[in-house]
Amino acid sequence: MSLVFFYVFAILTVASALCVIAFRNTLSCAFALVSTFFGVACLYAMLEAHFLAAMQVLVYAGAIMVLFLFVIMLMNLGREEILKIKMSFVGVLGILIGGYLATILLLRLSGLTSGFPQLANFGGIREVGRAMFTDFLVPFEITSFLLLIAVVGVVVLARRET
Amino acid sequence: MTPTLAHYITLSAILFSIGVTGVVCRRNALVIFMSIELMLNAANLAFIAFARHRGTVDGEVLAFFVIALAAAEVAVGLAIIVAIFRKQGTIDVGEIRFLKG
Repeated sequence: MSLVFFYVFAILTVASALCVIAFRNTLSCAFALVSTFFGVACLYAMLEAHFLAAMQVLVYAGAIMVLFLFVIMLMNLGREEILKIKMSFVGVLGILIGGYLATILLLRLSGLTSGFPQLANFGGIREVGRAMFTDFLVPFEITSFLLLIAVVGVVVLARRET
Repeated sequence: MTPTLAHYITLSAILFSIGVTGVVCRRNALVIFMSIELMLNAANLAFIAFARHRGTVDGEVLAFFVIALAAAEVAVGLAIIVAIFRKQGTIDVGEIRFLKG
């Protein structure tokens, strides 16, 4: 039964990921990306990472996509700029590289056939929070510095030169 | 019948390959950014699948850090794209050549 759910979510995720790189309109790409994020969040929930699934929807599908949509609306790309993508030598090369990478990655997977162990209280907010504030305290603080630097950098970059 | 670790890692590999293909093929800077997000999501999925496999939450905490990093990266990257658009009037990476690349 859960295999059926896995395939449903996996097909949703892969199909919308393909739409992200195939659609001509940037706005359509953004909405396909939202669908991909929701599919990945469902897979997180199937892996019992419930808190992370909620964070995926909040941060990715909420905050990051709002940023993307805001910038797309801000730029107001014309029709001709949207339709200028054409199949070139570089495009064919890119598809070949992507296919080669997929083949290498998939050929490596033949040994991983074991299932998942049954665990109680695995991905809850209590366990994740405890690990984050004990074992990973220093990386957590460095992450806060990273976000601070990002905020300052964005303000400096996006300021209109006077 | 339940999905095994190989199912999730296969899906992660497929997602990552789609992201790489998008980065190499597309010339719209915004879509290239979205493809990078796809690759980060694929890495997160692999982190969480292995964390579930090993029964520890370390992989989940790392996935949190990846999400925070993705948020910072998107903010800075979109600011750079907006600045380039303001200066050049385009976000086609084939036409942006003030670095003489």
